Amino acid sequence: CLKFASTTERRNIEKVLIANRGEIACRVMRTARKMGVKSVAVYSDADKNSMHVAMADEAYFIGPAASQQSYLAMEKIIRVAKISTAQAIHPGYGFLSENTEFAELCKQEGIIFIGPPSSAIRDMGIKSTSKAIMSAAGVPVIEGYHGEDQSDECLKEHARRIGYPVMIKAVRGGGGKGMRIAQSEKEFLDQLESARREAKKSFNDDAVLIEKFVDNPRHVEVQVFGDQHGNAVYLFERDCSVQRRHQKIIEEAPGPEIEPEVRRKLGEAAVKAAKAVNYVGAGTVEFIMDSQHNFYFMEMNTRLQVEHPVTEMITGTDLVEWQLRVAAGEKIPLMQEEIELSGHAFEARIYAEDPNNNFMPGAGPLLHLSTPPPDSFTRIETGVRQGDEVSVHYDPMIAKLVVWAEDRQAALRKLRYSLHQYNIVGLSTNIDFLLSLSGHPQFEAGNVHTNFISQYHDELFPAKQATPNEILCQAALGLILREKMITDAFRVQSGDKFSPFASSSGRRINISYTRKLTLLDGENNVDITIDYNHDGSYNMQIKDKAFHVSGDISNEGDSTYLRCTVNGSVCKSKLVILDNTICLFSLKGSAQIGLPIPKYLSGASATGTQGGAVAPMTGTIEKIFVKAGDKVQAGDPLMIMIAMKMEHTIRAPKAGIIKKVNYQEGSQASRHAPLVEFVDEDMESK
Amino acid sequence: RLCRPAATLARAYHGDRVAAVGSQPDAGSPLYQENYERMKALVTELQELAEKIRLGGGEKARKLHTSRGKLLPRERIDRLIDPGSPFLEFSQFAGYQLYGNEEVPAGGIITGIGRVSGVECLIVANDATVKGGTYYPVTVKKHLRAQEIAMQNHLPCLYLVDSGGANLPRQAEVFPDRDHFGRIFYNQALMSSERIPQIAVVMGSCTAGGAYVPAMADESIIVGKQGTIFLGGPPLVKAATGEEVSAEDLGGADLHCRKSGVTDHYALDDNHALHLARKVVRSLNYQKKVDVTIEPSEEPLYPADELYGIVGDQLKRNFDVKEVIARIVDGSKFDEFKALYGDTLITGFARLFGYPVGIIGNNGVLFSESAKKGTHFIQLCCQRNIPIVFLQNITGFMVGRDYEAGGIAKDGAKMVTAVACASVPKITVIIGGSYGAGNYGMCGRAYSPRFLYMWPNARISVMGGEQAATVLATVAKDQKAREGKELSEADEAALKEPIIRRFEEEGNPYYSSARLWDDGIIDPANTRLVLGLSLSAALNAPTKRTEFGVFRM
Repeated sequence: CLKFASTTERRNIEKVLIANRGEIACRVMRTARKMGVKSVAVYSDADKNSMHVAMADEAYFIGPAASQQSYLAMEKIIRVAKISTAQAIHPGYGFLSENTEFAELCKQEGIIFIGPPSSAIRDMGIKSTSKAIMSAAGVPVIEGYHGEDQSDECLKEHARRIGYPVMIKAVRGGGGKGMRIAQSEKEFLDQLESARREAKKSFNDDAVLIEKFVDNPRHVEVQVFGDQHGNAVYLFERDCSVQRRHQKIIEEAPGPEIEPEVRRKLGEAAVKAAKAVNYVGAGTVEFIMDSQHNFYFMEMNTRLQVEHPVTEMITGTDLVEWQLRVAAGEKIPLMQEEIELSGHAFEARIYAEDPNNNFMPGAGPLLHLSTPPPDSFTRIETGVRQGDEVSVHYDPMIAKLVVWAEDRQAALRKLRYSLHQYNIVGLSTNIDFLLSLSGHPQFEAGNVHTNFISQYHDELFPAKQATPNEILCQAALGLILREKMITDAFRVQSGDKFSPFASSSGRRINISYTRKLTLLDGENNVDITIDYNHDGSYNMQIKDKAFHVSGDISNEGDSTYLRCTVNGSVCKSKLVILDNTICLFSLKGSAQIGLPIPKYLSGASATGTQGGAVAPMTGTIEKIFVKAGDKVQAGDPLMIMIAMKMEHTIRAPKAGIIKKVNYQEGSQASRHAPLVEFVDEDMESK
Repeated sequence: RLCRPAATLARAYHGDRVAAVGSQPDAGSPLYQENYERMKALVTELQELAEKIRLGGGEKARKLHTSRGKLLPRERIDRLIDPGSPFLEFSQFAGYQLYGNEEVPAGGIITGIGRVSGVECLIVANDATVKGGTYYPVTVKKHLRAQEIAMQNHLPCLYLVDSGGANLPRQAEVFPDRDHFGRIFYNQALMSSERIPQIAVVMGSCTAGGAYVPAMADESIIVGKQGTIFLGGPPLVKAATGEEVSAEDLGGADLHCRKSGVTDHYALDDNHALHLARKVVRSLNYQKKVDVTIEPSEEPLYPADELYGIVGDQLKRNFDVKEVIARIVDGSKFDEFKALYGDTLITGFARLFGYPVGIIGNNGVLFSESAKKGTHFIQLCCQRNIPIVFLQNITGFMVGRDYEAGGIAKDGAKMVTAVACASVPKITVIIGGSYGAGNYGMCGRAYSPRFLYMWPNARISVMGGEQAATVLATVAKDQKAREGKELSEADEAALKEPIIRRFEEEGNPYYSSARLWDDGIIDPANTRLVLGLSLSAALNAPTKRTEFGVFRM
């Protein structure tokens, strides 16, 4: 402990700079606020309207959207810390959280880096070193190559020695970035190249290590905490086995089916590892666990992990508070014996991604966002609000939903219940996937491992089925009632408030009003005929099935709820109607139903041409950019015409395929002459 | 123009509460039940006939129409008006059994009032599934009546044109006279001059005279490859000049939007055209200025269908018109005027969908007092700018020596003068009999009420069939007597029977409605709604000061 003797004096942290964005920045600020510590945010171009900026006491602009020039720009962040007189920097996770140089730089500048000493980051960040240290400290490790020689031949040789399948990992990596599996020697070089590319891009270091790949392993990690006084404790393990593309999606604490004895051993091994590097602050020791519950050291993450809330939930702690206190020189608030495990917690990561398209990350606006009501057992860790955009520049995680209950079964039930209430419209998310995952019998049984998703792929990705008629009726009712709301709003603001013309009764004289509505279920048009009854209910017919439908909509908080009775059975769901989509969310699931876009709204403006472009005036064709068979988008330039001494760019009035170009360069075209013809696509507007 | 801000305050002081009219009927009584059953049967018949008319032309014609990508006329209206909003349709029974074997459902044209982009508009839609949308005499009459409604109530007009023009075999009955085809365009010009917007949507043919509908419109829309406008169609052109030309080249949307300028907007299809029409209405900058006070609306205290049991279908049975009022007005609240005077005529103020109305209803034959009371009340309504609703169930003015001597003709004339001159909106519902001068005093068709509706139990004629037959029999008897002969009872019966039958037939609401003597037959249970819609539409017109003529004193 002599090493830190000079730094153990108490330092007051009045103001903390959070060198991060998104949910973790917000998370840190919440605790800072609770402790009376002022918070300073930094933000890039893409984040100027972000939640973390709004939440902070102060915020500073640090550059363009690209992380290299903003959130990874160390000097800029240090400068902001100085200007704002922040005594400490919290790096969050990712970005600079495990960057030795940055920790070093902070130290030089007299700013507290909220994290371990740079030496620990360095030792643990380089996987080969970390394994050597752990081996020496008596912590079990797994076979691998962690050498300096990075030549293809050497790496390949070691891979052969360790035996396929092997895992290629970026030495400085984390979060699944720069990680690849080679199943056989044949694909080794391709995977190696790919891992290096990603490592270079993410960490500016393409050094990799090779490791034995354990099939169907569990990923178990232990939360540890060290202070500057040489103390270290563990806060039990988390299971993060269920992963996709080597990234975690559901984490839980404690690990299911782990005996207390194994738990103690895990904890003690982790503390041993932390002490081996004189660890200070929050850290995570990751282990691979086989089916016999043997565990091997994998790596140590020298930061606060994404999934730290599950540990907080089962131990009743606030790890960010611990971080700040320890960074200020205090001792760890609790002794090992005082840390008790209680209940069970789950965390589901909600991502902007498309599970049906190999979890392709997505981006876009959160047109609608509503969450389950947070309480002491339900935490919503997020950095976005409705109307915000999930940026292409950063991680596509939208939020973490964290729940706690007395036992695993109850917690899982709570997780699913809450996921049903987490409703997002505007971009693809993995919420439905998280629901089918958390509802899988093997998951319920706790039989989790890292290949869970691929093993149960077919059950987790059921084929898309036609939306049930009852749901279509609900959607139709939702649409009608929304129209009614619009009509009512108009009525109330007009001076003529009670005119029966302003009602939405659909009343006709002596005859009934039957409305024909077309909805889009996936690709299919569904025709619904709707009779307006005098009592405010509707008779709906879909093909030969008849439904009696009634209900109302109400606003609760920011959300609109549809209470709908279809043939006597009542269902309450959240209703979101955006331009051409009706979204319904209920505890039974979610449905998105489209409204066909009329031809006049989908196409270009109604120019009335035979679907082509016409000459605006008489002139000479100067240049032609397209030929028959070309595919063009609306607005693409088709040709340039010279008329009245001016150049006119003739643009495509709509997207389509060119059928014929009627003129040649240099020829004359008279006013309103069709210049280009499009291939007729007879789409019916309905 | 005078414009009071529309107040919507309900004065809810305890002491200001108005006692409701109406009473709970004895729904178990045989009379009530019989009345109910029989009126219900009439309403069911009305609805069934209307549902048939709703279909328009035959199935074949409809199929052909829709196969061309066209919407049926009622669908066009449904998509033109604000989604889910009501449509006040007029004269569904126009042309009903009027042309022998030729059926012309709804007279081949659908007219009514609906809200388009929040503006109450008069809509006229040709039904091309009925005889190609050609104009029968009754079609012309219905079109002109719709325009009259637009003029009286200051409603923007939307013409959804899809018509082959005048029905050639009947040209003599549709072309030459004042109230024939040409009047349509005369009206368009006049309305436009009065700042009543005229908008045409050409969704099919628009031939010959019909071409003037879009041409005379303020703004017009045409559907590409579907709408055509020409003075002479291809066959006529060929006959006249030998030129062979397709309908599209002769008068299609491309021609008229690009070259001739007859139309202003090019629509891709029916839906687009209707969307454009809604946009045109939005840009009218039209504001309905309601020049009356408004109070929050309440439902009546009694169910509307009780009217069936109270009124029934037997005109000889009396009912209290206040029971009818109780089932029409807001909260069944009726401030009666001169309750103790001339009590065969009921007058008073009420609210209907929050709008103020003066109500005049019959509780028996009109005496001098009743007529004078009615005159006084009409003067009050005009003074205060309150629309008047006439609930007409009248056998006429009292006859007899004493009454003639008492000046009943003079007092009746006062009421007729008042009714004729009153320029507040007048709406008449014939809820029972409408006979003789009673029809005049109670604002019959000749007195230009803004709207006139009939219940299915109503009868209209110069006098009752029985009375007419008796009068004629008496005349015949007297003639025989002069000849020294006697009319046998059998002969008298034989003489009376066809007269009674004829009066019964011609006094029937369907007979009336087929000839546009009214604006439609309505279900008594819908009276409140129909009156509310009509009032709302009527209040679009600017207030006009009433100038009464000479009242004979």
